[in-house]
Amino acid sequence: MTAPLLGVENVSKRYRLPRERLLAAPPEVQALDGVSFTLQAGRSLGVVGESGSGKSTLARLVMALEAPTSGQVRLEGEDLHALPPAELRRRRSALQMVFQDPYGSLDPRRTVLQTVAEPLAVLLGAGRAEQRERAAEVLDAVGLRAADLAKYPHEFSGGQRQRIAIARALVTRPKLIVADEPVSALDVSVQAQVLNLMQSLQDRFGVTYLFISHDLAVVDLVCDEVIVLSEGRIVEQGDPGALFTRPQHPYTQRLLAAVPGMKPRVRGSPALAQNLPQRPSQPT
Amino acid sequence: MPLLEVDHLRVTLQTSRGAADALREVSFTLDRGQTLGLIGESGCGKSITALALMGLLPEGAQVAGSMRLDGRELSTLPEADWCRLRGRRIAMVFQEPMTALNPLHTIGRQIAEPLRLHLGLSAAAARAQALRLLERVQLPQAAQRLDAYPHQLSGGQRQRVVIAIALACGPDLLVADEPTTALDVTIQREVLDLIEQLVREDGMGLLLISHDLGVMADTVERVMVMYGGLVVERGPTDQVFERLAHPYTRGLFAARPRLGLRHARPGGGGDRRGVRLATIPGRVPELADLPRGCPFAERCAVVVDDCRAGLPPAVAVGPGHDARCLRVGVPLPAVDAAA
Repeated sequence: MTAPLLGVENVSKRYRLPRERLLAAPPEVQALDGVSFTLQAGRSLGVVGESGSGKSTLARLVMALEAPTSGQVRLEGEDLHALPPAELRRRRSALQMVFQDPYGSLDPRRTVLQTVAEPLAVLLGAGRAEQRERAAEVLDAVGLRAADLAKYPHEFSGGQRQRIAIARALVTRPKLIVADEPVSALDVSVQAQVLNLMQSLQDRFGVTYLFISHDLAVVDLVCDEVIVLSEGRIVEQGDPGALFTRPQHPYTQRLLAAVPGMKPRVRGSPALAQNLPQRPSQPT
Repeated sequence: MPLLEVDHLRVTLQTSRGAADALREVSFTLDRGQTLGLIGESGCGKSITALALMGLLPEGAQVAGSMRLDGRELSTLPEADWCRLRGRRIAMVFQEPMTALNPLHTIGRQIAEPLRLHLGLSAAAARAQALRLLERVQLPQAAQRLDAYPHQLSGGQRQRVVIAIALACGPDLLVADEPTTALDVTIQREVLDLIEQLVREDGMGLLLISHDLGVMADTVERVMVMYGGLVVERGPTDQVFERLAHPYTRGLFAARPRLGLRHARPGGGGDRRGVRLATIPGRVPELADLPRGCPFAERCAVVVDDCRAGLPPAVAVGPGHDARCLRVGVPLPAVDAAA
């Protein structure tokens, strides 16, 4: 049996906080605590939880931007954090990331071409002509035009900027894209366009997503599996349909109960129930 | 006389491409104890409405029409009078609790400021009142927190502090602009419940701005849906959400991811492959590009020539419920997922 694309094995991460007193040992925070899961190629895994639950720490470890305190992150069976630096550098083209804020994640002084083609130059040493060609290719894939290559980020709307960020992530033909709240900063109709785009790109190119979001409905829509993080631990995992319909862990139940549009006043109105999300039937 | 009466409000902003109307024909009333929501996407005029009511419009903005608070005209108010009004009669809760607070002052001092300024309380009395306010917004360990700085609090706690500041002088009207957008979903619920409770206890009028339809359904009695600076649909929340009379309102609902969506779709069968959200084609026009007619015409599936001729009038579709659409009642083509 081939190894899964991503294997996270018993990963823990402790951060040292700033010293509070001169002589006392600095306090530590356990950001992740014994997290294990696997993700098969071409599938999507959703990670949900509140701020501070360890979602973004997990993203940084999977992207090999930081090393875990213990445990292993395996890409196609290989422990990323045990690779020699030069080798890890070569592997980085298989890992890309899309960030939450399309206003903050694009350099305002660089053209779309410079931004999108940079990973090609840095990671793969591609020449000018190839850079341009592939950048135009991915822009087309995300629904922008080759003519947009010469423009600067400020000339685009939020949704278009997020498309540029996705194009930058796609350009190295990565195996895994870590998307950290990719649609949280977008308006409803734009969010729908970007989510649809991410799904059709997966169908076309077979990319694998680690999809981090606090929005349960978004994860339910785009993910094959979901893990629920609370205080650095996985408290529940499984198929989103089943998990969101019959949450077992109190934390998951609490997350679900807090989703807006689920208050009794709304639930009581039969007409509204067609338009607003249904409260999944709770176990008694 | 209603607490707030906005009548044919028009706000014209100076943009890089010349003067453009950010609000047109906005009329509504809000009384003490009532809750009203503004829905729409970025650039539709929600925040400009809030800023107009706070007298905080950007430089060069021109206001026509009227806004009256207890019968007193606000649109022509000199800045000195605004300063006496803001924070005392009308208070605002901002979106970003991280940036709404001054990082250099303790939260106790920031809550005491309007009390000293508007009510002339002594430092000691203001501090005591600040403590009561912190307790009222249910900040844990309020007494110890008076001397804390904003960075020592979490996002939800900071938003409680911002609410405490807004409530300090017992305003009649509370304007909350996306008060929970920056917060986690469980914290969001707590903060919304708190705002609802305080509004009920004090009998304030609440104008809540949010792009989250679920938040609206939970919190306000009436909603106004805005598009292109125009109120395109308004009415009692449950009626508007049930009827979805305006094509834009309908598009907003269809585009929204909902739990269990892929199971509900025919042929979805729980498999997410091929399940796509319905999208509204195109995007929100820039202010300078707003057409003379219906601002939604370019994106509307049932548009006819008349829609482009002039602003569509508000058509009554139910008790207290109207929509600015010539095509109310025309069935929309099946909302199919975009390829």
